Amino acid sequence: MVVFGRSGTGKSVLLKCLIRLMEPDSGEIYVEGQDVGNLDHKSLNELRKDMGFLFQSAALYDSMSVRENLEFPLIRNFDLNQSEMNERVNGVLEAVSLEEAIDKMPSELSGGMRKRIGLARSIITKPKLMLYDEPTTGLDPITAKEISSLILELQNKFHMTSIVVTHDLLCAKIIADYAIVLNEGHIIHEGNIDELVSSKDEFLQNFFSDEVINTNGRD
Amino acid sequence: MIVSRIDSFLTVSQIRLNNFFETLAGLFLFSLRFFKEVFILPYEIEEVKKHMVELGMKTLPIVGVTGFIIGLVITMQMQPVMQRFGAEAFLPGSVGISIVRELGPVITALIFAGRVSSGIGAELGSMRVTEQIDAMEVSGVNPFKFLVVTRILATTFILPILTVYVIFIALIGSYIAVVLVQNMTWEYYVDRVIFSVEFGDAIPGVSKTFVFGYIVGLVGSYLGFNAKNGTEGVGRASTTSVVIASLLILIFDMILVKLTLWLWPTAT
Repeated sequence: MVVFGRSGTGKSVLLKCLIRLMEPDSGEIYVEGQDVGNLDHKSLNELRKDMGFLFQSAALYDSMSVRENLEFPLIRNFDLNQSEMNERVNGVLEAVSLEEAIDKMPSELSGGMRKRIGLARSIITKPKLMLYDEPTTGLDPITAKEISSLILELQNKFHMTSIVVTHDLLCAKIIADYAIVLNEGHIIHEGNIDELVSSKDEFLQNFFSDEVINTNGRD
Repeated sequence: MIVSRIDSFLTVSQIRLNNFFETLAGLFLFSLRFFKEVFILPYEIEEVKKHMVELGMKTLPIVGVTGFIIGLVITMQMQPVMQRFGAEAFLPGSVGISIVRELGPVITALIFAGRVSSGIGAELGSMRVTEQIDAMEVSGVNPFKFLVVTRILATTFILPILTVYVIFIALIGSYIAVVLVQNMTWEYYVDRVIFSVEFGDAIPGVSKTFVFGYIVGLVGSYLGFNAKNGTEGVGRASTTSVVIASLLILIFDMILVKLTLWLWPTAT
């Protein structure tokens, strides 16, 4: 599912509330049947093991190599021996086609590579739900398209549900089977991408007009 | 004109005062959280050791050089004064006591604050604004435990070690200053220092650096962990942490000196 909306309308806040990085002002949020706001620390951590989050900046740990970044959640949350851990690390690196980057530091990676490693780190715990905060922001159109295709590929390969916040219509067209549009904290439209793009609604027409031009340009 | 200037001065002063007390309250609550989380598993011993080595190695050269110069200069300053009172024989002892009780611990702590507190503030601040701390949290790892507790423990335990090293280097500096003006062997010098410096001088002097080390780690971590407003916030966390840590070290030194004199009255 893709979440669209103007800047500052609460898309990223929605994602952060889902994983309780932020507390909602009011209301309740249920993930896998559990009220996220009322979970104790231990239950919240258990729930978070089933969730992955790709940050806009990828948020790789600068002081750790790619291998250490990937091993970090495994060492502290799973009882795996070194060979099992190596297997998982190599598996996710192969999935994002960056096996050669294993001993590099984040500062040695390009923007697209950082996103891929961030994605690898998010899926290494085999989450059921993946949250993506603007996964293609700051990337050139070709890399953005590659990342979008990779998200779809991993979604199918690991059988994950994905919620993607994005402004990028091409990314949304590749990934999403369903989309919602947020405005001032409320869902104002929902449906599949083509329905929303071809809608006669003035807000949607304004919202998607520039995006359609950009997307056609890329295609 | 003058009234409006006074008004704006008072407003700015009030805001700064409010910020200062807010920071102190925040530091107190952060400190309580540290004592709550320090006993919770996992202990991250390897991470503490790693920070101790990193911070120790980073500070070792600068505190060594400073210690040597302080020992040299304080002896050069005191030598003519002691000569004036005919008490040259007491020079090694009095310099030794000054270095062990006060100069060694405080100078080391202040340099450590400048080097380490700002580094921790900048590192954690940068992790906060680039969402690395959030990433740690969503991966099921307690960032406070992993980033803050380990750093505070490392600074608390490495500063006393650095202080002992600085005291030793400062005494070497002091001996060189003595040798420049009078004939004295290293054995005799050390003998005079050991004769003069009592248990009540050495233990409180080094012990208070545990508190200073804790302050350095706490202030840097607090300001970095709560950094806001992008790179500007990182810079502010870095510079403010040096100022606050240095100020708190001097305030706590005053309190601890009074406390140690009360606990070890024979040293007076």
